[in-house]
Parts: sequence; structure tokens; C-alpha cells
Amino acid sequence: MSPQTSSEVRSDKEATVALAPRSGWLARLKSVQAPWAWSFAGAVLVWLAIALIFGFSIATNVAQTALVYGVFMVLVGLGQMLVITSGVGNIDLSVPSTIALAGVVSMHVMNGLNGQIVLGFAAVLGVGIAVGLANYALIRLLRIPPIIATLSSSFIIQSLAITQGRQLPPPPAALGAFAAGRLAQIPYIALAAFVLSLALALLLHRSIYGRRLSAIGQNSRAAWLAGVDVHWTRCIAYVLSSVIAAVTALLLAAVSGGASLDMGVEYMLISIAVVVIGGTLVTGGKPTIVGVWGASMFLFLTNAVLNAVGADSGVRSVVYGLLIIVVTVAAGGKALR
Amino acid sequence: MTFAITQARLRALLPAISLVAVLVPILCLQPATMSYFGSSLLLNLAVPIVLATLAQLAIITVNDLDLSIGPFVSLVACIGATLLVKQPWLGVLALVGCVLAYAAVGALIELRQIPSIVVTLGLAFVWSGLAIVLLPSPGGTSPEWLGTAMNYQTPWIAAPIVWSALIAVLGHLLLMRTSAGVRIRGAGGNPRAMRRFGWSLVRSKATLYGIAGLFGVLSGLSLLGLTTSADANLALRYTLLSIAAVILGGGEFAGGRVSVIGAVLGAITLTLAASFLAFLNISSDWQVGMQGAILIVVLSLRVMLQRGDHQ
Repeated sequence: MSPQTSSEVRSDKEATVALAPRSGWLARLKSVQAPWAWSFAGAVLVWLAIALIFGFSIATNVAQTALVYGVFMVLVGLGQMLVITSGVGNIDLSVPSTIALAGVVSMHVMNGLNGQIVLGFAAVLGVGIAVGLANYALIRLLRIPPIIATLSSSFIIQSLAITQGRQLPPPPAALGAFAAGRLAQIPYIALAAFVLSLALALLLHRSIYGRRLSAIGQNSRAAWLAGVDVHWTRCIAYVLSSVIAAVTALLLAAVSGGASLDMGVEYMLISIAVVVIGGTLVTGGKPTIVGVWGASMFLFLTNAVLNAVGADSGVRSVVYGLLIIVVTVAAGGKALR
Repeated sequence: MTFAITQARLRALLPAISLVAVLVPILCLQPATMSYFGSSLLLNLAVPIVLATLAQLAIITVNDLDLSIGPFVSLVACIGATLLVKQPWLGVLALVGCVLAYAAVGALIELRQIPSIVVTLGLAFVWSGLAIVLLPSPGGTSPEWLGTAMNYQTPWIAAPIVWSALIAVLGHLLLMRTSAGVRIRGAGGNPRAMRRFGWSLVRSKATLYGIAGLFGVLSGLSLLGLTTSADANLALRYTLLSIAAVILGGGEFAGGRVSVIGAVLGAITLTLAASFLAFLNISSDWQVGMQGAILIVVLSLRVMLQRGDHQ
């Protein structure tokens, strides 16, 4: 897959920079830069632990659930990954409120009718694009730091969602059927997320836009001097993030049988957590889609284990936090500066 | 020296200007707020916010950002409402441990050169998790001495104003006028130069994070003294409020450029903005949205002045 090719390119570069590449498999292992592998290994280990302790059938069940509910973490994580890749300090904190607004608006537009699902999807896209553009307008035109700009805008979006959030019709039956449907044991939702990931992988690693996004993330001034339209490139990242969050809202509403105003709340911190644990460079310029999947599955499975052993939400939160810190500390950041 | 109104001078005055811009409409709507009792009511909740803002300011001084201050203040309030009442020694020990943990995180961030946003994000999970473990449902009681301290009546001017002014002046003197303050700001302004000069960046960062933890503890305790009971979600919004207040007060995300007095004014402005909305009788649907709008308007004002400065 494409992340591998990029890591190969990187390790070539490493070889030229490194003092004297030692022989032996350990050195070779160290020279391969695949930050996504850690989260994946973690997910597999946790799953194996579940299979060992609770038996294979329960582990299969857990994996199936992960492919539905963990996928939402993947989706919001992918959007956040694009924004974080666009350069240091860029972050989208409006994900939860975008999910709230898009869910509410789409439920109203579809009004529970199968025939209007297309309209609902269009409305969701519209909300996503509008939120993304508004966010970037605040950042660019008013020069408000992204972290504050997206949080302030999220307040306004949340208020908008509250005004629209009364007497919501349920999602159309066909949408609900899609959310519950499976193709050869794999939920449609997971397949949809997989297709989206493939499309994003193509966009990031095989298109000019992807190169530009990485370039402005690594050094926006150099990219600007090289003729990259920094603002346009970054703007698209914000729009894509909001659009993905909005589509996630539609799926969330379909799975849970209706939209609610607080259905996105937990995804603000989680979207950032999966990006970081997955191995995407927090300072920008180096995304990894596979890592987002690995980290989402890892976090979901860890959560499942903690639930199974009876840990309450406080303990789970502490474990989450320690995981994030330990992964960041272990990854280190010497190469950044 | 002429007394021309330059862009730079205007920018330094901006925190004060925005405070007046919020204060005047409030006084017009509710003249009673000018009295001793009125101002004390209006600004009561400003003290914990001011303290949390200074905690954030300490971290922004070294070009970092603390996303965990809100949950941390909540945790401190929870410790205060449970351990500090039942087993005072254990409570004090826990609070000291929290401050040391903050300092350790600061050292870790510098040692491993890792982004503060992510580490403090992880910390935010840890703090709120600990708070939930400690106090699963809202409750607890404030230690008696804390309530007495927070309800202390100062003569002439309402206590919150006196405390805020005192904190602002002290903080300003320590950070801007002492050699230790200059050294610490240097760690944010030009870390490379500081390192070549032989000052330990790890020590600077650990100190500043420790100071942030200390202010976080003070903020949590003062909040507990006001509310008299705690909750794990008590102060989550302080994270955003504190960042916005520092930026509103003229601080920058990079370069160690901060202003203590400005940040305190910014924190008071944001506290007042919330009351202002309450006075306007805005429908509860839009309360949150208007806070966002006010934040955007005030911050864009500041940026416009800055843009003029560059030309």
C-alpha cells in the first residue's frame, strides 16, 4: 500500500543521513519508519488477549462490534488527520458540533422518508462544506488561531443545532437497514469507511493535492516559495474534515436510530487521540491513514477489555490518557526540530 | 517623546478597551452592578478564572498550550471536596503530587521534545478520569476555612476586584521585573540562545509547568470555596476560557510574548461577557453561540490592530 512506499522513500533518505547504517535485523527494523505499525500491533495484541481470556467466539463478536463503532472513530480521525497534517497549530475542534448540526439537519430534510435520502446526503455535504469554509474564514480572514477559531465557531454551530433540534423525525428505514447490513460478516459501514480511506490514500499519496498538503505541513514557507497556494490547500483540508464529520453524523444517526445533540461530544478528544496514537506527525506534513485505523481499533478494543473487567468510566479515561502520553513519549520528537 | 497613539500602544491598551466595551453596556442595563454588592456578585466567579488564566499563561510563555487545565481545576475541586475534608493530610499530599506531576510533565515535554498539545490532551483524560473515580456524582463539601476565605469582605472595593488586582500586579512584577522572570520568558522567546547561554531549558519548563499546576490548584480551591460542592465536570470550560483570556490579553502563541495584566483583564472581560448575555435575556438556545460570537469579535479586533502594525 501507499504508506509503505512513502516509508521506503523516507528510509532511503535516512540511510543517506545516518552516520553508518549498522547491519543486523535490529538496525534494519529501526531504520524502517512505519509509525502506524505500533498501533496496529497494539490492536492485534489486545484482540489476541481477548481471544485468550474470553474465548474465540467472544473475540469475534468484539471484532464485529469494533467494525461498527470503532469505525466512527476512524472517520472523525481521518478528517482530523487532514487538518493536523496541514501544519503546526492546525486543529479542528468543531467536530462534535458539526456532527450535532449535520445529524439534526439531515433528519429534518429526510423526514423519515426513504425517497429523500439523497437529499439528506446533499444536506449533510452542504453543512460540512459550510462549516469548513466558515472555520477557515475565521482562521484566514480574522487570523484567529485555529484552536480558538474552531472552538468559537463550534459554540455557534452548537447553538444552531439546538435551535433545530426539536421534534426530530427518525432516520429513514432504508438508512437504518444500511447501518445494520453486512456483506460477508463485514458491516456496510466499515466497507464505506474503507472505501473512503482508499480514496483519501489516493488523494494523499498519489495526487498533487496530497503532495501540496504534506509540503505545507512540513514547511509552509518553503511550500509557498515553491508556488503552492498554502491557503487554498489548507482550506480544503478544513472543508474535508468538516464534510467527513458531517457524513459521520448521518451514519451515527442511522446506527443509533436517531440524531441527538450530544452524539458527537466524545469524538472531539478521540479524533485527536486516534490521529496521534496512529503515528501521524502532530507537527504536520506526515499523515498515516493505516495508523488511524490501527489506533481506532486499538482504543476500541482496549475500551472493550476495560468494560469487560468492570472498570468504570473514570478508570477507562485514565487509561486512555496514559496511553496517549506513553505513545507520544515513546515516539519522541527529536526529528521535529 | 510625543504622545502619539501608535498601533503598538493601542494594542497594549486593547485588553482595557475590550473590558470597557463589555462593562459600559452592563452598567447601562443594570446600574446596580456598580455598587459594592453588585460588583461582588458579578465578579465572584472571576477569581478562579483569573487564576486558571495565569496557569495557562505560564504554559503559553514557553510556546506550549495546556488543554488539560479545565479538567485539572475540576480535579482539584474534587480533591478539595473529598480528601481535603476527610483526611486533610492526604488531601494536601494529593495536591502537592498534582503540582509535581505538572512539573514532571513539563520536564518530559522538553526532554523528549514532544508536542505539548498532545501530552496535555492525554493529561486531560487522566485528570477527568481521576476526578470521576474520586467523586462519581456531584457532591462533597468545601472545607470551612476555604468558604470563609472566599467570602472575606474587603473594605471599600469588592473582594474579587481586590484579589484580581493583587494577583495581576504580583504576577506582573514576578514575571516582568525579576531576573528569574526574564530567564523564564527567554525560554519561550529564544530557547536556542538560552541553551547556549548555559541555562537549563528543562528546568525552566519544569518550573513554569509547576507554576501552572500551582495556579491550577489555587483556581480549583477558590472555585470550590465559591460553589461549596464539586463535580468532575465543574470547570471543563476553563480550558478554552483561559486560552482565550491569554490571547485576548495580548499574549502570543509563540515567542514568549505574554502580558500578565492583560491576561487578567481578558479573564475578567470574558467573565463579564457571560453575565452580559444573561442581562440581555437572550434565549437559552443562543447563550453558547453568543459566547462564541463575542469571542470572535473581540479577537478579530485585536488582530486588525496587529495587521495595521505590520504594514
